[in-house]
Amino acid sequence: MHPIVARQQLSPNVTRFVVEAQRIAQIRQPGQFVIVHADQGSERIPLTIADADPVAGTITLIIQAVGKSTEDLVALGVGDAIRDIAGPLGRATELLETGHAVCVGGGVGTAVVLPIAQGLRERGVSVTSVIGGRSREWVILEEELRENGDVVVCTDDGSYGKPGFVTQALEEVLASEKVDTVYAVGPVPMMRAVVALTKPLGVPTVVSLNPIMVDGTGMCGGCRVSVGGKTMYACVDGPEFDGLQVDFAELSDRLSTYRDFEQAALEQRHCAVGVAS
Amino acid sequence: MTETSEPAPAGERPVLTNKERMTIERHLMPEQAPDIRVTNFDEVNLGFTELLAIAEAERCINCPNADSLCVAGCPVNVNIPRFVTLVREGNIQAAAEALMDDNALPCVTGRVCPQETQCEGLCVRGKKGRPVAIGYIERYVADWAMNHRDQLPMSSKASSGKRVAIVGSGPAGLTAAGELVKSGHDVTIFEAFHAPGGVLVYGIPEFRLPKDIVQKEVDRLVAEGVHVEVNAIIGRTWTLHELRGMYDAIFVAVGAGLPVFMNVPGENFKGVYSANEYLTRANLMGAFRDDSDTPILHRKRVAVVGGGNVAMDAVRTAHRLGAAEAIIVYRRGPDELPARREEVHHAEQEGIRFEYLTAPIEVVGDEHGWVKGLKCVRMELGEPDESGRRRPVKVPDSEFMLDCEMVIVAIGTRANPLLTASEPDLAVNEWGYMVVDENGMTSVPGVFAGGDIVRGAATVILAMGDGKRAAAAIDRYLGVAAASAA
Repeated sequence: MHPIVARQQLSPNVTRFVVEAQRIAQIRQPGQFVIVHADQGSERIPLTIADADPVAGTITLIIQAVGKSTEDLVALGVGDAIRDIAGPLGRATELLETGHAVCVGGGVGTAVVLPIAQGLRERGVSVTSVIGGRSREWVILEEELRENGDVVVCTDDGSYGKPGFVTQALEEVLASEKVDTVYAVGPVPMMRAVVALTKPLGVPTVVSLNPIMVDGTGMCGGCRVSVGGKTMYACVDGPEFDGLQVDFAELSDRLSTYRDFEQAALEQRHCAVGVAS
Repeated sequence: MTETSEPAPAGERPVLTNKERMTIERHLMPEQAPDIRVTNFDEVNLGFTELLAIAEAERCINCPNADSLCVAGCPVNVNIPRFVTLVREGNIQAAAEALMDDNALPCVTGRVCPQETQCEGLCVRGKKGRPVAIGYIERYVADWAMNHRDQLPMSSKASSGKRVAIVGSGPAGLTAAGELVKSGHDVTIFEAFHAPGGVLVYGIPEFRLPKDIVQKEVDRLVAEGVHVEVNAIIGRTWTLHELRGMYDAIFVAVGAGLPVFMNVPGENFKGVYSANEYLTRANLMGAFRDDSDTPILHRKRVAVVGGGNVAMDAVRTAHRLGAAEAIIVYRRGPDELPARREEVHHAEQEGIRFEYLTAPIEVVGDEHGWVKGLKCVRMELGEPDESGRRRPVKVPDSEFMLDCEMVIVAIGTRANPLLTASEPDLAVNEWGYMVVDENGMTSVPGVFAGGDIVRGAATVILAMGDGKRAAAAIDRYLGVAAASAA
């Protein structure tokens, strides 16, 4: 069991948990994830390790409540425990050694970008983070990212920072500064739009993918993605890939496999707990 | 089959002559009727009663020339005549003790062993008529043992002071753990999933091997002192090298966990599963139950590619999950099916359709990316290949479309490099399987390996045999290691 030692609401649907996971806290590297199995009967869900405290033996998980399983998870509080956490899984981020990196985070993808920005900063790489959300209340981890470099914040409705999407802000950065690598994590359409900008400029672009996954050890093949025409498993070959090579259309389509099931499960949950949907 | 009376005590039953034994017909396994069982996930075979077990044991003629062919057919050399004779005598407790002496997981093997190619395949009674139902008797005795654990002696030996790590909690790992704890070693099993059992839990469906049976086997090991660490992925959570520093010996039995796909166009359409993924969702994650949060696709027409036990498990699961048409697509003929005969028989009874001599060449999808069919060609059998089976060759111009909304690929598995890649000193062959010496030891001293990660995808019982042999070798190694350290 993994007790939850801290819980914080970061945005209307994003929650930060600090949970005990001693071994993982000691050895995890930026880019790696865990599989969380909240309880008997729960789904196994992959979550990026957003941060870790090796001394306290805790890891930080940032969870966006988008379905029944994640809603159940964020309903837990301090003192509750998560039954199973397995990891760290996946390959560590291949971090730039010198130069200038731009980290683009959309929504909860910002949580994946944070450890990358920290890792880059530790190496002495200059970091510019470009993060965004629908409106001010949806922007997360701005302060944490600011500790690791410049931050450009965008909101769709212009209620905070620059008005518009992260891609527009990225375009400006790319036009005005020399960028060695872009790390982009967020919804598939965002990553696709980022690559549409960087590809013509030939800027290396790393994306972190979060496809459907069961075991996280290469056993099920559910997380297969096409990269450069080859089938790769996000859990063991990734989760980070060369964004210029990823088949985003296929990824996006495969992510919709269980949409009907998820919709039904969510409606059932809302009926059960009396949430208006 | 009347089962109205309790079996008479052995002393009150007449001792049969072999001639009389030869006249007894093989007893049938009581089972759920096919039309009922396809609506549930409960076990198909209901098990012998004591009466049936004794009556079936009476069919054994104790091979007069004492060569006990059945024992030679058993990969772990269970002394079959010994426990069968004890059953015949009505001494189930003694039969249980005898069986447990030889076989660490008899509840499992009594259900999943391909007896027809092993013990029963060599049974002398099979030469004229049908062999003794050794598997069914074994299952009866094993289940009795499980339900009367308190009546069986618990083996305990003085602590050896040695620590042994076992990587993987499938049949090889569990067997080795049972043997090693009997020798007094401090044993810890590491399992990557959140529940122990390996393929017995994620792969084999509930209707063939109920999960509470596997759990009880694990509970017994834990009661004997074995530690089980779940969520521990060796190669990620710990490296093999780190384990080597913490334990006196290691047994690696991680299985062959990587799915093999067909490598035909369209395999990434929605609705194409590896058998590993489909069965893991259904079995380990319990997706067949309404209260499971893990989703699984339910489709009316499902094609399963392959002809082994895994293919049978997948197709019968799909049928139970609502596939009115559940179809096996196999490139060879019925005689070449590698699955256990009983599974094929049960599948046929349940209405599974078999498309023999058929090979897929493309998965076809609709405009929304969902599977809508499997393009296939017909095959014919040519010359035997290196496996001795006749090689299937394409029939020219025989392309056709098999309509289906889901495809499950069950054409085998291969070695998962997760562990081996984290340990450069570990020798693997060209396919990634671990190389071991005649003692089951790998190129790293003190690290042993067995089961599918050494031999490639095989059976539960072969993995158990490896576990048993490795445990003996580890015993010797620890003795030697202790002697040279002293």
